[in-house]
Amino acid sequence: MSAVPLSRPSRAGLVREGGLVRGAIAGLGGYALGALLASALGSAKGVEDPTPHAVALGYALGVVGWIWGLGGLDGWLAWALGRERSEAPAAEGWRRYLAFTTDHKVIGVQYLVTSLALFVVAGLAGLVIRVHLAVPSSKILGVGDFNTAMGLHGTIMIGVALIAVVGGLGNYLVPLMIGARDMAFPRLNALSYWILLPAGLAIVASPLAGGFDTGWTAYPPLSVRGPLGQELYILTLVTVGASSILGAVNFLTTVMRLRAPGMTLWRLPIFVWAMTATAIIVVIATSALAAALTMLLFDRLLGTAFFDPRRGGDPLLYLHVFWFYSHPAVYVMAMPAFGVVLDVLPVHARKPLFAYRLAAISFLAIVVLSLIVWGHHLYVAGMDPRLHGPFMVLTELISVPTGVVFLAALGTIWLGRIRLTTPMLFALGWLSNFVIGGITGIFLADVPTDIQLTDSYFVVAHFHYTIVGGMIFGLFTGLYHWFPKITGRMYDERLGRLHFALFFASFNLTFLPLFWAGIHGMRRRVADYPPELAGVNLFVTVAAFAMAIATAVFLWNAVRSWARGPRAAADPWRAHTLEWRTSSPPPSVNFPTPPAVGAPYGYGARPPAGEAAGK
Amino acid sequence: MSAAAYGAHAAEPSHARTGVLLFIVSEVTLFGAFFASYFVLRGASAAWPPTPDLHRPDLPLVALNTLVLLSSSVTMQRAVAAVARGDRASSSRLLGATLGLGLTFLLVQAFEFSRNGFGIGDGVFGSTFYTLTGFHGAHVSAGLLAIGALLRRANLGLLGAANAGAAEAVSYYWHFVDVVWLVLFTTVYVL
Repeated sequence: MSAVPLSRPSRAGLVREGGLVRGAIAGLGGYALGALLASALGSAKGVEDPTPHAVALGYALGVVGWIWGLGGLDGWLAWALGRERSEAPAAEGWRRYLAFTTDHKVIGVQYLVTSLALFVVAGLAGLVIRVHLAVPSSKILGVGDFNTAMGLHGTIMIGVALIAVVGGLGNYLVPLMIGARDMAFPRLNALSYWILLPAGLAIVASPLAGGFDTGWTAYPPLSVRGPLGQELYILTLVTVGASSILGAVNFLTTVMRLRAPGMTLWRLPIFVWAMTATAIIVVIATSALAAALTMLLFDRLLGTAFFDPRRGGDPLLYLHVFWFYSHPAVYVMAMPAFGVVLDVLPVHARKPLFAYRLAAISFLAIVVLSLIVWGHHLYVAGMDPRLHGPFMVLTELISVPTGVVFLAALGTIWLGRIRLTTPMLFALGWLSNFVIGGITGIFLADVPTDIQLTDSYFVVAHFHYTIVGGMIFGLFTGLYHWFPKITGRMYDERLGRLHFALFFASFNLTFLPLFWAGIHGMRRRVADYPPELAGVNLFVTVAAFAMAIATAVFLWNAVRSWARGPRAAADPWRAHTLEWRTSSPPPSVNFPTPPAVGAPYGYGARPPAGEAAGK
Repeated sequence: MSAAAYGAHAAEPSHARTGVLLFIVSEVTLFGAFFASYFVLRGASAAWPPTPDLHRPDLPLVALNTLVLLSSSVTMQRAVAAVARGDRASSSRLLGATLGLGLTFLLVQAFEFSRNGFGIGDGVFGSTFYTLTGFHGAHVSAGLLAIGALLRRANLGLLGAANAGAAEAVSYYWHFVDVVWLVLFTTVYVL
C-alpha cells in the first residue's frame, strides 16, 4: 500500500498493459478481423449479403479481443504457457472499478452500477412506450419503432433482473456471509462481468440496426426474418447466458468449498440459500437458452431448417427449448430477492427468521418445480392439449413452496419489534406486491382462464408485479440495507422513505389498473387499443412518470450519500450475519482470520450462541 | 475445511474439479437440448433422411474414429495417474498421445464431412447432423486446448503431484466429451 507509483502510466504503457484502452483497441481489432474473415468466407461461398455473418463473427472475436485487451486472459495464458507471472499491482481507489479487478466486492459494485444504468435506459424505453400509449390511435411512434422500444424495454429489463441481485448483491455478499476471502474463481468472476459490456453495447445499439419486432422472446418465424437488430438481440442474450453460467458455477463452488470453519449448511444465511438454489437453476437450465438461440442464429445465418416448417422444421420446438430456460429464469430473478427480503426482515423486526429450514427447503423445491412447468407458456401455441393438465397442476404446485417463503416472511414480522427503516419498508412493500403477483399468477396457470387472458395486459400486469414488485423491491431492500456496508456511508433516511412512498404508490397505480385493462381487451405488444380504454391508459402513463421520479429520488440519494453521507459504523443495524463483522466497507481480504460462526438469526431476548462464542 | 486451510484459493486444484463437474451439468443441458430437438424433428418426419437423395454417412470410417476418441480417454486417464504419482516422462508421453488421438479424430471427421453428400442447409437432416457434430467438435477442440496446456506444463516440469487436480479436472471434461460422442454416434449415425 505504501509505494504507490506517482507517475501516471505512459501512453505506451496503456497499450502494453491490460486496461480499458487496450481492451477497446483489441475489441475493435477483433471485431474487424472477424468481420473481414466472415465477409471473405461469405463471398467465397457466394452469400448474397454477408453483413449478418460479419457482425456475428466480428462480435465473437471482438469479445475475445476485448477480454484479452483488458488483461483478463493474462493469468490463464501464463498458466497454460507455464510462464512465471508477476501479479500486476492491483489498481487502487476508484480505478479498481474500471479495471479487470478480481475482488468480489469490486465486481459486485460493478454489477450493481451497471445494472442501475441499464435499469434507467430500459425504464426510459418503458416511458417511451407509455407516452405512445397515453392516447388511443397514437401516431407518436411508427409501428416498427414501438416494437423496438418494447423489445428494448423487455430485453434490457430481463437482463437487469437477471444480473442486479445475483451479480451485484450476490457477488458482494456471498463470500462475506460465508466467511470466505473471495469467490472460488476470482478471475472467472471478473470475466463473467466484463463479457457483459459488449452485450450491453450490442443491445443498446440494436435500434441502429433496424431494431427487432419480437419483444424479448424472439419467436420464429418472425425472428428468423427480422432485421440485423434481431441478431444483436441473439448475441446479447447468448452472452448474458454464458456469463450467468460461469457466475453460477463460481457461486456453487464457493458455497461448497469456501465456507469458514463452523459454517454448516444450516447456519448459512437465507440469502446464501437463495443464491445457491438460484445457481442450481442457472447451471441446469441456461444452456437451453443458448441452444434455442443458436438454432435461431443458424436458421438466420447458415440456412438451417430448425424452425422452418416448409423444410421439416417446427417453430413450436423453439418455444419449448426457449421456455425450458426462460420460465426457470423468472425464479433466477425472483428467488435471490426472496432471499434478500428474508434476510433483512429478521434484522429490522428483531426476531429470528421464522421457518428458516423450511424456507431453505422451499427454495430447493422451487428449483425442481421451476424446471418442469414451462409448458404453461404454450397453452395457446398449439402444444398437444393432453399436456395442458399436467403442466397446469405442476405450475400450481409452485404456489406451495412460494407460499412457505411468504409465510416465513409473515411469521418473522409477527409480534416483532419492527423498525420502519427504508429497507424494512421496501421489504414490507415486497410482501404486499408478492401476494398480488402470486395470486394473479394462478389465473395464468389455469388453462381455461389463461386461454382468455393470454397476450393481454393482464399478463403484463402479472409479471410486472412479480418482477418489479418482487425482484426490484427486493433489490431496493438490499441496496438500502447493505448501503452502509458497501459504501461505508449512511444513506439519507428521509429521502429513502420518500423514495419508498413514491415508488410503492406509483408502482401500484401503474400496474393495478392494467389487470383491468387486460380483462377489458387491451392486447399486449400492440401499439394501439380500443378507444374506450383511453382513460385508464392516460392514468397509467401519468403514474409511470411518477415511478420515474421516484427512481430519480433514489439515484440522487445514492449518489449524494455515497459522496458525503455520514460515516457508517461496522454494524449499524445490529445484525448477526458475518458481513457485519467486518469494517464498513470491508477490507480487501474480508477476514484476516476465520470469523467465529454462529446462528445467523439469533435475534431476541437470549444472546445468540454464536455471538457468545465469538466474544 | 480446517482453520489452517483458511484462505486457500483459486490455485487450489480441488476447486477446479468441482467447477468442471458443475460446468458439465450445464453442458448436459446444452447437448440435451440439441438431442431433444433432433428427436422432435426426426420423429415428425416420415423417413430419415427425409428425402431420398440424401444419404447418411458411411459407418465403418466413423466407427473407427469412435475407437480413436475412446482410446484417447484411456490415455487421458493413464496420464492423470502418471501426473498424480509425479512421473514426468509418462505424463508428457500420455498427454501427447491424448492430444494426438484427439487431433486425429478431428481430422478424420473433417475428411468424413468433405465426403458427405449434404450440407448444413439440407433440411432438418443436415441442420441437426452438423449442429450436433459441429458442437461436439468444438468441445473436442476446447478440450485439446486444455490438454495442450497440460502437456506444455508437463514438459516444463510444472505438472507434479501437487497440482494433479488440474489434470483431473481436464480429464472429467474429456471423458464427458467422449460420452457425448457415444450418444451422438449411436443416435445420429447408427439408429
